[in-house]
Amino acid sequence: MAKLKPGDKAVHFELPGVDDRSHALADYADREAVAVIFTCNHCPYARAWEDRLIGIQADFDARGVQLVAICSNDANKYPDDSLPRMKERSEDKGFNFPYLYDESQEIARTYGAERTPEIFLFDKGGTLRYHGTVDDNYDDPAAVKNHYLREALEAVLAGQQPPNAETAPVGCTIKWK
Amino acid sequence: MQVSFLYYEDCPSYDLALERLREVMAEEGIAAEVEVIKVETEERARELRFIGSPTIRVYGQDIDPPGDYHYALTCRAYHLDDGRISPLPPRDMIRRALRSPAKSQPG
Repeated sequence: MAKLKPGDKAVHFELPGVDDRSHALADYADREAVAVIFTCNHCPYARAWEDRLIGIQADFDARGVQLVAICSNDANKYPDDSLPRMKERSEDKGFNFPYLYDESQEIARTYGAERTPEIFLFDKGGTLRYHGTVDDNYDDPAAVKNHYLREALEAVLAGQQPPNAETAPVGCTIKWK
Repeated sequence: MQVSFLYYEDCPSYDLALERLREVMAEEGIAAEVEVIKVETEERARELRFIGSPTIRVYGQDIDPPGDYHYALTCRAYHLDDGRISPLPPRDMIRRALRSPAKSQPG
């Protein structure tokens, strides 16, 4: 189970990104909402949801939403999750959000993330408002019935509580060292 | 017919994949038992040439022969005809493998 629970405050991080720059959570303090997403290259669940995350960033960008993706997997055991491969993936897919490398796995451990993908959505004040999965159908975007992240974003932007503050993350386990 | 299903428990959709395999087998009128193999260690993954969960083999031949062979306890990505990635093998891929076992049968 995640260590951060809805209502908890965000934990600071500063990590290198695929753009060779350092990214800190504080860099996005002016955004209305920040979704920290633990993900990776190799996991089919993470990959199945990539296009939907790109769509969410595009749809909500003008309303002050920032997605921040973090890969924490052990790249020695899973070479597809190394920083060079992350750079390739980000470029190939056209990620419109930062993709950061948590080589020490400290941030994943601090947040208590267990799966890829796993979302922690914070409001402008840095309070966790939603934790869980993207939606209820990894296999077929057309068959989604519950758009959990989108619904949570709409609620947070309206200053309300998301209808579901927590859902079960669905995906591969984070590959610990 | 010899059909095996190898899985790693941490990948959440293995039960759906096994259900899908059995459904397609039933649709094709194949009554064979599925040999279900749980892969629990990296060592066992190497022994079984397991590249990810779920893996389906017909007469020992992978229904989606991999391009590279990194044996590991991980979840497997299947490429769908429309370009999407899925953790589940598509029905048509399973069906094709079941319909051409002679082609798949090694040796």
